[in-house]
Amino acid sequence: MDDHRTGGTRQISNITGQIVSPPRVSGLGSVAPAKVSSKSAQGSARTVSKKTSATRKRPAQASAESMAKQQREISISEFFARNRHLLGFDNKRKALLTSVKEAVDNALDACEEGGVLPEIHLEIKQLAEDRFCMICRDNGPGIVKAQIPNIFGKLLYGSKFHRLKMSRGQQGIGISAAGMYGLITTGKPVSIVSRTGTGKPAHHYKLAIDTKKNKPDIIADRTVDVEWNSGTEIEIEMVASYNKGRQSVAEYIELTAIANPHASIFFRAPDGNVFDHPRNVDELPEETIEIKPHPHGVELGTLMKMLKETNSKQMGAFLSTEFSRVSPKTAKEVCAKAGLTQRTWLQGVGPQSVEKLFNALQAAKLRAPSTNCLAPIGAEAILNGLLKGIKGEFYTASTRPPSVYRGNPFQIEVGMAYGGQLGSLNDGEKSSSKNAKPPPSARVIRFANRVPLLYQQGACCTFKSVVETKWNNYGLSQSRGTLPQAPLVILIHMASVWVPFTSESKEAIADYDEIRKEIRLGLAECSRRLGIYIRRKKKRSHYSQRRDVFHRYINEVVQACHSMTDFDKEVFRDQLHKLAVRATQAADMEFDDHGKIIAKRKNGDNEMDNTIVVEEDGESPAGQLELFNKEPEPVPLKKRRAKAATSKKKKKVKKRK
Amino acid sequence: MGKKKTTKKRSSRRGKNGQDTGAKIKGLADSVVKSASVEREPAVDIPTRALSNVSFNKKTRYIEMGDRFQQRNLFNYGQAKRFMQTMLVASKCKDLIGVDKTASIRQIYYLAKHTIKGTKEKTFDNQDESDPIIEDLEVALNALREELHVFAGSKGALIGEITFIDSGDTIDATKLGSGGYAIPSIVEPSVIQFKKCNAKYVLHVEKDTVWRRFVEDRFWEKHNCILMHGGGQPSRGVRRMLYRLHDELKLPILTLLDNDPWGYYIYSVIKQGSINLAFESSRMAVPDARFIGVSSFDYDRIDLTDDVKIDLDANDIKRAKQILNYPWFAGKKHWEKEIKQMIKNGFKMEVEALCSKELTFVTEHYTPERLKQKKYWLD
Repeated sequence: MDDHRTGGTRQISNITGQIVSPPRVSGLGSVAPAKVSSKSAQGSARTVSKKTSATRKRPAQASAESMAKQQREISISEFFARNRHLLGFDNKRKALLTSVKEAVDNALDACEEGGVLPEIHLEIKQLAEDRFCMICRDNGPGIVKAQIPNIFGKLLYGSKFHRLKMSRGQQGIGISAAGMYGLITTGKPVSIVSRTGTGKPAHHYKLAIDTKKNKPDIIADRTVDVEWNSGTEIEIEMVASYNKGRQSVAEYIELTAIANPHASIFFRAPDGNVFDHPRNVDELPEETIEIKPHPHGVELGTLMKMLKETNSKQMGAFLSTEFSRVSPKTAKEVCAKAGLTQRTWLQGVGPQSVEKLFNALQAAKLRAPSTNCLAPIGAEAILNGLLKGIKGEFYTASTRPPSVYRGNPFQIEVGMAYGGQLGSLNDGEKSSSKNAKPPPSARVIRFANRVPLLYQQGACCTFKSVVETKWNNYGLSQSRGTLPQAPLVILIHMASVWVPFTSESKEAIADYDEIRKEIRLGLAECSRRLGIYIRRKKKRSHYSQRRDVFHRYINEVVQACHSMTDFDKEVFRDQLHKLAVRATQAADMEFDDHGKIIAKRKNGDNEMDNTIVVEEDGESPAGQLELFNKEPEPVPLKKRRAKAATSKKKKKVKKRK
Repeated sequence: MGKKKTTKKRSSRRGKNGQDTGAKIKGLADSVVKSASVEREPAVDIPTRALSNVSFNKKTRYIEMGDRFQQRNLFNYGQAKRFMQTMLVASKCKDLIGVDKTASIRQIYYLAKHTIKGTKEKTFDNQDESDPIIEDLEVALNALREELHVFAGSKGALIGEITFIDSGDTIDATKLGSGGYAIPSIVEPSVIQFKKCNAKYVLHVEKDTVWRRFVEDRFWEKHNCILMHGGGQPSRGVRRMLYRLHDELKLPILTLLDNDPWGYYIYSVIKQGSINLAFESSRMAVPDARFIGVSSFDYDRIDLTDDVKIDLDANDIKRAKQILNYPWFAGKKHWEKEIKQMIKNGFKMEVEALCSKELTFVTEHYTPERLKQKKYWLD
């Protein structure tokens, strides 16, 4: 039930953020968007309208009275209708992606909060040249009948938005915005079917949004029969365009599946292609805990607002209840520094004292915020996600310990997938091969709270960190200021109660030193493992190449010697083969000398933890063709053997098709 | 690639016959098979054929090969292919000996060349790969090329006051028209026997064109000599012929070569033997050979014009300095002067340059004069 409210929650934080931030609204500019109530959000909207209308009217020499006639509240829906580009509906292509994003994020949130392993079914149908219909169904707990119109038919619905809790919510504007976009562009209402459990009826609503009043218009309301037990299905018709490749819906789904290996996502594209991302982790991510703001992450305006809204009467109580990590003792110290006491009545505190208090709070030595509000994906789940979504040969992942920027806890995770079907590095010795293409640039996939970021890669802190890393040290080539040239996918996830984005469009993570440092360390850890793997592999291929050469010549030598003298050819040949194997032992290093690596690890060497190597036996040039091979062959072309380098457990990897 | 120093004594190379060589090749194969059976990586020791492994013997006055070996190992990535090629060439030589036929080095190349089963790789990519292998085998097996039943193409020619028998046919070298007698690759006594010789010396010129000038002017008739040329760097057949003419008929060997580093080195090879084939110096080098021209000083001596000059390039100067440093040139004052003068001149001269004075200047004036003026000869 709460689930879809989260969607509503998001809209508010987002819209207020956008309305509040223009610098000309001086008084409110410094207020952190997350902590503004819906009331003040609308208030701010009013402020904006007043100013703009005033500017417009000036040449007409308007009087205060005539101006007052023009001054009226604009509904947030109306505002959105005009400024949809601010919310991710700039163009047809992006509109579809944003809608899918909202629907899928909502669905995932709903399932997770309801404690259900998500199963998401997404379908996009093409109705006309630029007319599409998006249908998204989840298996979440569903929504009670009375709430359906509010959740889907009203922007800024919800009240829990100011909580500090890690959720997908920071992304985008909410499903009702998508519905509104559909309504604006096609005139068709949003269709919702929701069922809260077996034995309960499924409700079907058709909703339009009254943009003037920001109220749902119920067009149809009936009970229907559905095949599924519980969950919500939403259908939105809109003007859009469907594309493939980068920044497409398919990519979004693919990346979402990687960051959410506990979800099963099925997507049917308008061109008939089906993308099925099965679940490969059977555990829900840990439930996150809501935290109070940390004083170091609070701005002056927010502090003022908190003072106004708190239930506490006295300063000491206010500080220790409204903030995390402020003990009564610390509160006392802070108060003393600000020239106040714990007993100071809040009502009597003037603006100057608040500023003093603010400075005292910033200067106080406080423990870092608790980090149990964070639920990282986890190295193992990242590995599973990468394994599912990317066909490489080497996978590694690392979860950094939680850290803090500006009082906000955050955690960085890095994952890498290398080689395999992504391609291979050009080997110096193989230079003779004609189709020696330079390896492609590495691909960076970015996530904030498990939500893929598809736009503005170059502005993102994660991307900058990747470019800054000296990849040459890890056996990859890289030109200055570019991504490394390698068949490599780099996953970077930032989990935080408040992900700092560079702009309202929320597409790139801002560049904080603390964040950059954590990303760098995570990258270093993973690339160190990758470097070890690449070096070992190079050595192995070097030696197996040599072995090939020796084996190739052995027959010639046997033949030549046989025409010169008498001996048992077979015996001689076997002896030479044995010698060849002995001379190229290193080629077997990783195959059967695994014990050596384990022995090494016993001495406390755990540098290759959280790493999976997928061996590909018998390289078949038909590797690509296999995709089109519907009929499974009796002997698979490719025997994939997975080895977890961790000594404790060996990971089983399902055979890939 | 470790160069192994061994103290193995090199036995005399004389008096081998086909039977022995066949046995040697068999021995080579046996050693390979045997090392595999005792789990040792099969390898062939190939004496190093480079400046680093030759020394100038002051007593015999020719270049001798040192005793440094290079191991050619089947299980060394850099040597594997050449090991395989060595065995292939050896087996082809064994086959030739078995059927008592001889093959040219190019024919050997084709005999041993094939595509390796199951791959696209060829055993030999070009003849440049098989030729050195044959030389390797000669040294490794201590056998001569002809004993391996391999020969090279004819190169060089002779004409003049000598009669000899080649494979049973009597050749009167005074009656060979303008073409002369093409010197075969193998001129061993088993093939060529000298019958009668009226010549007083052998005049060896650098190349065919100069040689033809001398033939047309019937220089050999007027001066009672044998005229030879080696078509540039003389092949082993030519050098062996010079050796035999000198050794058996006691004819002095005089050389008339271009005034450039290339010419100096041709003289050096005739006189002291080559670095590459140092193991054959004893049967090819003619330490008594003399260099009669063209000298760096001739430009002034015979008053030539600027038109004959060919500028030395950096490569020429480098090569000249290299030659100057060879132990067999070092310490010879007159050679030092000669080479330094060339560097000082900054130009080189071909024998043909002498034609700038007059077409027959070289045969009617220059050479006859040089023959008389022994003071200008270089040792």
